[in-house]
Amino acid sequence: MSTPMVEVRGVHKSFGALEVLRGVDLTVGAGHVTAVLGPSGSGKSTLLRCVNHLERADRGYVAVDGELIGYRRGRGVLHELRERQILRQRAAIGFVFQNFHLFPHLTALENVVEAPRFALRRPAAEVEAEARALLDRVGLADKADVHPRRLSGGQQQRVAIARALALRPKVLLFDEPTSALDPELVGEVLDVIRDLAAAGTTMVVVTHEIGFAREVADTVVFMDGGRVVESGPPAQVLDAPRHERTRAFLDKVL
Amino acid sequence: MSAPTTAEAAPPAGGGSDPVDLAGLPVRPAPHPLRWAAGAVVAVLAAMFLNMLVTNPAWKWDVVAEYMFAESILNALWLTVRLTVYGTVIGFAIGGVLALMRLSRSPLLAGVAWVYVWAFRSIPLIVQLLFWYNLAILYDRLSFGIPFGPAFVTFPTMELISPMTAAVLGLALHQAAYAAEIVRSGVLSVDQGQREAAAALGLPRGRQVRRIILPQAMRTIMPTAGNEVIGLFKGTSVVYVMALGELFYRVQVIYNRTGDVVPLLMVATLWYIVLTTLLSVAQFHVERHYAKGSVRVLPPTPLQRLRSAGEALARRTARGGPAPRGGTP
Ligand SMILES: Nc1ncnc2c1ncn2[C@@H]1O[C@H](COP(=O)(O)OP(=O)(O)OP(=O)(O)O)[C@@H](O)[C@H]1O
Ligand SMILES: [Mg+2]
Repeated sequence: MSTPMVEVRGVHKSFGALEVLRGVDLTVGAGHVTAVLGPSGSGKSTLLRCVNHLERADRGYVAVDGELIGYRRGRGVLHELRERQILRQRAAIGFVFQNFHLFPHLTALENVVEAPRFALRRPAAEVEAEARALLDRVGLADKADVHPRRLSGGQQQRVAIARALALRPKVLLFDEPTSALDPELVGEVLDVIRDLAAAGTTMVVVTHEIGFAREVADTVVFMDGGRVVESGPPAQVLDAPRHERTRAFLDKVL
Repeated sequence: MSAPTTAEAAPPAGGGSDPVDLAGLPVRPAPHPLRWAAGAVVAVLAAMFLNMLVTNPAWKWDVVAEYMFAESILNALWLTVRLTVYGTVIGFAIGGVLALMRLSRSPLLAGVAWVYVWAFRSIPLIVQLLFWYNLAILYDRLSFGIPFGPAFVTFPTMELISPMTAAVLGLALHQAAYAAEIVRSGVLSVDQGQREAAAALGLPRGRQVRRIILPQAMRTIMPTAGNEVIGLFKGTSVVYVMALGELFYRVQVIYNRTGDVVPLLMVATLWYIVLTTLLSVAQFHVERHYAKGSVRVLPPTPLQRLRSAGEALARRTARGGPAPRGGTP
């Protein structure tokens, strides 16, 4: 097998005395979609944040497309990278937040243009044309000059997805992208993610939408208590879970 | 208008009256008798106050008029304005840097910034000004060169630190301590998620601060900063201790000569009011600018409000009836 797009090995993370991740392993192949399920507090967000180094793992490592994130391998040690290098690595990893975190003082288009322009230093005209195409792709071509507060939650999240895509990331991470949305707006965001999956985008999606995971994910990962309890194809994990805890969780959410 | 006679009746309960007609009815705004009463009281008080100012000859309005635009007063005013501008610009520049130092992860930078703020907030401005003014007593020559090593250039302190330099230095350094805290509170008021989103996008540090954090922090910074600038503008009057000819010093010189104390204080007061008003207007518009995107609809400017109120009144008197629903666009 070729190198996986995302590789997480033995990641531990504590906040003070609270051990949130207790040795997580995760492998995501290129072009694959991984759905991460698990009860609240099981460490799903923390895991995603470790992948793009928003949180620093205490132990273990993360590699994206074979490149170690946040560190450089030395002889017998890992050298921590400088902030500038970490920022450069992050540009290859798209992150979509539960609460969108769009920049409220910038228009939709400015939100999308910002990172390719100033993190990747690509030429303005090219970036803007691409940003407009991306907004069109998420169905918001007519909202380019609107500020986020004037958009619905679903529209804001779609702009956030376009913003993440604008960096042409190798992998997209979604942290509960529909949890902050009214039920009738969930569909429009899931549609966008579904299209991305069909286009072969590598994605890790933390979600509570079991139906969506079943339909779109190649792999479903169930986490509990800071560990991966089980993972496998949706048909296996969702329909014939091996572990008692997975079964209990699915019984509750379905 | 074709309001049917049933319009005064209760809302359509069964199927008697037509709901479309009810929806088309004009709306009569709720009456506000207390507002009118309060308005009348304020008008009477204002009239009494004006009467008091105008009828008492001791105010010597002719003297006020004579000095209001006198060249020496205008020059002094210009100096006051310059001191304010320098103090604000340099003060907020240093203050901004101090705020970022204070928020940085480096304990050394944060510590230095904290000590600066502590020191300059502890020393009264007037003491600090006199200190800079008298620096020549402590060090009669200032040199620039290698620390503890040879000097490249040396100046007599008296020449380098003129009263004007001392005043600007004192005002700016003093202002910087307060500006640092204002900017810091502004930065802290920006949602943590904004910085995280900027970091997740891989934006360079400087760009994160300038493009994402500071513009949003301005919402919190502006009202307090406006206060500070206006405070500094009037606070420049303390530099009279250095015999610098700003507005307050100048009127003192004049009234010590002519004896017209009250009229000249009135000249200074009027100028302070005029410029403070201009500053307040500027502040309003800057705040409005930074509110962009933070509120769904910008509040109207006072001018727009006045105009729409005028239009509403005109319409009401013209029709002799209640204003139409929806108000002005
Ligand atoms: N910065 C932090 N400091 C301290 N504790 C934290 C921090 N971030 C997360 N935690 C704690 O770590 C645990 C796991 O949090 P995490 O956000 O990863 O859970 P989650 O699986 O994403 O849950 P949810 O489904 O509710 O989003 C929680 O108990 C949380 O309180
Ligand atoms: Mg979470």
